[in-house]
Amino acid sequence: MPEVLDTVVRVVAVLAAFLVLPLAVGQAEHKVMAHMQGRLGPMYAGGFHGWAQLVADGVKFVQKEDVTPAAADGRVFRLAPGVALVPYLVAMAAIPLAPGVVGADLDAGLLFVLAASAVAVLGTLMAGWSSANKYALLGGLRTAAQLLSYELPVVLGASSVAMAAGTLSLTGIGEAWRPWWMVWQLPALVCFFVGGVAELARPPFDMPVADSEIVFGPYTEYTGLRFAFFLLSEYAGIVVLAAMTTVLFLGGWHGPGPDGAWWMLLKTALVSVLVIWVRVAWPRLREDQLQTLAWKVLVPLALVQLVLTAVVAVGIAS
Amino acid sequence: MLFALLGVVAASSGVLAVVSRQVVHAALWLVTALGALAGCYLVLGAEVVALVQVLVYVGAIVVLVLFALMLTRAPIGRSADLDSPWQQRLAAGVVAAGTTGLLAAVLLTGVRGRVVDVDAARSASQPLARSLFGSWVLPFEVLSLLLLAALVAALVLSRERTGAPEPDAD
Repeated sequence: MPEVLDTVVRVVAVLAAFLVLPLAVGQAEHKVMAHMQGRLGPMYAGGFHGWAQLVADGVKFVQKEDVTPAAADGRVFRLAPGVALVPYLVAMAAIPLAPGVVGADLDAGLLFVLAASAVAVLGTLMAGWSSANKYALLGGLRTAAQLLSYELPVVLGASSVAMAAGTLSLTGIGEAWRPWWMVWQLPALVCFFVGGVAELARPPFDMPVADSEIVFGPYTEYTGLRFAFFLLSEYAGIVVLAAMTTVLFLGGWHGPGPDGAWWMLLKTALVSVLVIWVRVAWPRLREDQLQTLAWKVLVPLALVQLVLTAVVAVGIAS
Repeated sequence: MLFALLGVVAASSGVLAVVSRQVVHAALWLVTALGALAGCYLVLGAEVVALVQVLVYVGAIVVLVLFALMLTRAPIGRSADLDSPWQQRLAAGVVAAGTTGLLAAVLLTGVRGRVVDVDAARSASQPLARSLFGSWVLPFEVLSLLLLAALVAALVLSRERTGAPEPDAD
């Protein structure tokens, strides 16, 4: 019976984190962007600084009509938001907040999270194709091209840390982490973080949803709750990216003073704000700049980092 | 039990991928087939292999397939020209049946009656890496050379077809 209870508590906790954290990031984006751009943002709903704006948005999305275009491929079109959203829920289950504070402690947790996030992008591709809209198709194409280029830096950056720690388990990597890794693994951190932001198609890598060129890319035809699911999956992606960056590169639950899950939450929040900050700070990259950055900067950097990690790791071991 | 269920899902979505007359649906059924195969590995205790299967096949190869489809032509609805003539179907059926028979014969005679316990510890990442880069390192490296050769050959073929490369071509 205690085992069943343990499982139920873990499942409920992961579900709660999945429902709360992306919304918190969404609210933070409203507020942080408004302040950085010297404007107010939503201020009226709910009274204090418009805290209820998110609730109002949710109610609005629920009320909207759920339209499936007549020319669209209905089944794929309706399935796509789920395919985009659910993998992040699955990925969150494997990310530890502290040793033992995790949905499922896996031997290959790093691979698990990477594989789950890779599936999420399929949802965007399905949306882009099935909408029967040329803007959506262009957006889907751009998503795929971007993903193919940036998957490599992400995986190489993550594998550098895995080599340094000698394990694929996220708890193990977090435990093996030492503060000087922030210097030694800095190139891998850059590759992982930049590649991660690009895979989420967040600005400045938002060519796939470039609103001034192709309306809203793959999501152009979506309305109501299905559209909201895509937005939510973007925020869930930010949470997963920030949490992974924290566990792999920033020491997770370690910190000055007592270790604990609250360090993990604090660092994840800070990295999420950084993702939002990047959106405000840089203009959109062009397609050729995008590919140049991936293939001429990030991939060579990641390969050099891998060699460095291998040499240092072998040096320490011998 | 779970293994049998996943096997049925994998096999039937594989058949659907071949039979489907909508080219993108075929690619999506392929995703289901590969995912169910990963599930089979997982049930057999090979966690790392299952995750790599998802990461590489679903995350990279199917994305590449979808990208190529969208770049060339991916009409919504059925494409009549995807139907092959009956001779080709017959030949494909014969080849498929032959392969199935061969594999079934080898496996049935090879492992008949033997029961192997599912041992998750043996297929964890470290023992797996040790055997991959220990006893299996030569086939592994030969395979990577083979892939490199295929890559170079593909480049050469695509260059020859277009003739002299234009100065401002990508």
